[in-house]
Amino acid sequence: MSRPQLLSQPTTALTLADVHTQSRKEIGSRLSSPNSRNVSRRQSVTQFGRFLGTSESGGEDSASLKSYAPTLDARLDGESMLGDVAEDTVTPAWRALSAQIERDNPFDVAIAPEDDIISWQLQHEFEDLGFVQRDGSNEEELLELWKAKLKHFFILSASGKPIYSRHGDDKLISHYIGVVQTVISFYQGAKDPLKGFTAGDVRFVMLSRGPLNLVAISRLGESDSQLRTQLESLYMQILSTLTLPSMEKMFSNRPSTDLRRPLQGTEQLLDGLADGFTRGSPSTLLSALECLRLRKTHRSAINDTLLNVRSPNLLYGLIVAAGRLVSVVRPKKHSLHPGDLHLIFNMLFEADSVKAGGGENWIPLCLPGFNNTGFLYMYVSFFSTNTTDDTQGVHERTATAGKDDELAIVLISANKEGFFELRKMRNALVKQLEKNGSMGIIKTAIRKGHATCSDIVPGTVLRHFLYKSRGNVQFTMPSFEPHFHGMVARRKVMTLYAQLHESIHSRTAHLKVQHCVAKDATALAWETPLFELYCVGGPLVTRAALAQGANRIVQWIKREEERVFIIGGAVF
Amino acid sequence: MADSTQASAPKPSSSVKLVLLGEAAVGKSSLVLRFVNNDFHPNKEPTIGAAFLTQKCHLPARIIKFEIWDTAGQERFASLAPMYYRNAQAALVVYDVTKASSLVKAKHWVAELQRQASPGIVIALVGNKVDLCEEDGAGTSGEGAGEGEAGGEDDDDAVARKVGFKEAKAYADEESLLFFETSAKTGHNVSEVFTAIANAIPEASLKGARGAGAAAGGGGATQAAISGGAGQESSRVNLTAKGDGKAQEGCAC
Ligand SMILES: Nc1nc2c(ncn2[C@@H]2O[C@H](COP(=O)(O)OP(=O)(O)OP(=O)(O)O)[C@@H](O)[C@H]2O)c(=O)[nH]1
Ligand SMILES: [Mg+2]
Repeated sequence: MSRPQLLSQPTTALTLADVHTQSRKEIGSRLSSPNSRNVSRRQSVTQFGRFLGTSESGGEDSASLKSYAPTLDARLDGESMLGDVAEDTVTPAWRALSAQIERDNPFDVAIAPEDDIISWQLQHEFEDLGFVQRDGSNEEELLELWKAKLKHFFILSASGKPIYSRHGDDKLISHYIGVVQTVISFYQGAKDPLKGFTAGDVRFVMLSRGPLNLVAISRLGESDSQLRTQLESLYMQILSTLTLPSMEKMFSNRPSTDLRRPLQGTEQLLDGLADGFTRGSPSTLLSALECLRLRKTHRSAINDTLLNVRSPNLLYGLIVAAGRLVSVVRPKKHSLHPGDLHLIFNMLFEADSVKAGGGENWIPLCLPGFNNTGFLYMYVSFFSTNTTDDTQGVHERTATAGKDDELAIVLISANKEGFFELRKMRNALVKQLEKNGSMGIIKTAIRKGHATCSDIVPGTVLRHFLYKSRGNVQFTMPSFEPHFHGMVARRKVMTLYAQLHESIHSRTAHLKVQHCVAKDATALAWETPLFELYCVGGPLVTRAALAQGANRIVQWIKREEERVFIIGGAVF
Repeated sequence: MADSTQASAPKPSSSVKLVLLGEAAVGKSSLVLRFVNNDFHPNKEPTIGAAFLTQKCHLPARIIKFEIWDTAGQERFASLAPMYYRNAQAALVVYDVTKASSLVKAKHWVAELQRQASPGIVIALVGNKVDLCEEDGAGTSGEGAGEGEAGGEDDDDAVARKVGFKEAKAYADEESLLFFETSAKTGHNVSEVFTAIANAIPEASLKGARGAGAAAGGGGATQAAISGGAGQESSRVNLTAKGDGKAQEGCAC
């Protein structure tokens, strides 16, 4: 087996040097002898013109088009790329989802039931089951519905007490919980903890953390490590509610503790996380955050404002727009853990209680990545970017944005009594952001939303991409529109990304570049020490064209790096 | 009460710190949402921590600006409650008329407030969700049946009620609490609660701006409260937030 050459140095360009084809049985794990092929990736400067034209850029950023273009060719030095073409390298879930996209009527399943079940089910995945009636008459019916769910998460205590299940109430599922517990404890007893197993087309993955056992059950074709990451995140949410020492204390005092009581109200947050995973979350897949694209000068003006108005008890300050980070202020010695930020974003943007409250909030929470032993206090204030806010004069001129129009200011302190102090800081912050024009800039950027792929790379064959900057632990992506409209299509493309991700991350993978062809999509993953890039094109797109598209994304990032990523942030 | 009305400002305005306490899911946030935005969400999610909102209430002779702490009822947040009621001039202790245990919890809160909050605090006991038991003539309730004593088919609704009006009222009288039965869903009695509280705040503690809570007007407060709409004498209230007279949409008071 030959291996692709490891990249000796970080680079921002991609040369499609060596590509080989393999049959689907060899998927992703093996490479045969590469055959060479070269692809021209020469970009003309004018191709970027359109995008620059539509951007808000005035060329003040350090990486301008002009300064970048001349260096382009110099960077295109021989890089080795091994492509891996696998026809139809797909899981049943992926196939089923594919089928859905092409069919108008999802109920039209008579001919190929297996194909359509998953995509049909996805649309019912988040529906409540309801409760078992007192006489048990609807139990069987509910169980059928329950079994049809594509994804389950269970959390149990070490003694087998149910703590959380995404679907179904205790009465309905107690039997299954019992089975899971028996299986887990059998293997734990044998000092050989069970990590996962497959039954039919369903994958079971277990994670044991402290006094808890977490189980993911998926028919969506995710890898074990991806499922494990999801379980880790659920575990982090539990720590965030309780802190590790207090949870451990509860169990050491009473091993049969019913954790649901102290966790009351956390179900919504766990559901939010779980459903995000089921829908497919780029942020979780990549363990990275997304930022609002802003010009560097604009972002640094915001950073300066944050530093200016920083109050003494502030630990972290965040400005978050529709789930994307605008700016961060933090102490030099504490960086922000992406997992912690994910929990915060989930609380703010997935669970409704904070956002819909309409007021300001003061929320005790533990950020386990920062410190899993104690609570911090989080001040949250939401603005809508398309309505007139009352007291603080946050006015908005133009009309409607989408539903992703929320802007939140999040100020975190270790001081439990810090609410009014942070509130004062927020008022000062908003006032200054208004005064220096930053607020308007942020809102404009929010309203603009994600650029489409062809805005970013005009004329590209690419339909979507994920680019993760490893150093910044951040990612950027274009809009899912127009090619991936709706939840099923999105889930489908996320499934593809998950497979690409796995192909370059699994322990047996030695690939740095992975190319894959399916019936209705082609895709490419490319990894360097600097970044991970995943791109998706339509069917029948050639490797060369994909590679060219990938190259142009990388060039775009190179120019836009300081806009799409927060580099450094405001540090005190 | 040192200051007297300044001629220039038509209505003196003062702020009142109010805290909502009560078991989880009794409808605290819903009451606030009704009061502040005149809105209702059938599937409101539990509050995490506490929410802070403000709303003005226009009385005939003055404007009260409520600074409201809507606390989370879930037990894990209980230890934070003192932080919110410590400086409060008023408290709304809420229970759910369809859930007996919630009145027990409400009584605990009342006792804790009487022990630990500032002595002059005005406490209102509120039985929420009366729309679920129709015999109460929460007239606006969706059920239609008009007001007054239930029609024949109301047996189910009667079952929904677990805390009788008389029982709760007797307790409230005993403890000198304001008392209302409300529905955040229909809006029944919601603004009345806040107006009654506004009227019941003793002048002595109306210092206008922040920090007033310290003032603590003494035991007479609740007495005044019970006598209800005594608000007229308020001409001697201080005003700090002078320009404020802008009258938002008002609070229907
Ligand atoms: N029928 C009816 N339902 C109500 C009423 N008030 C609230 N609810 C519902 O009761 C549930 C709980 O209401 P919340 O306002 O969240 O209760 P809460 O007291 O704030 O709960 P916590 O924040 O957890 O302490 C929600 O589903 C509301 O829609 C009411 O007056 N009538
Ligand atoms: Mg609430």
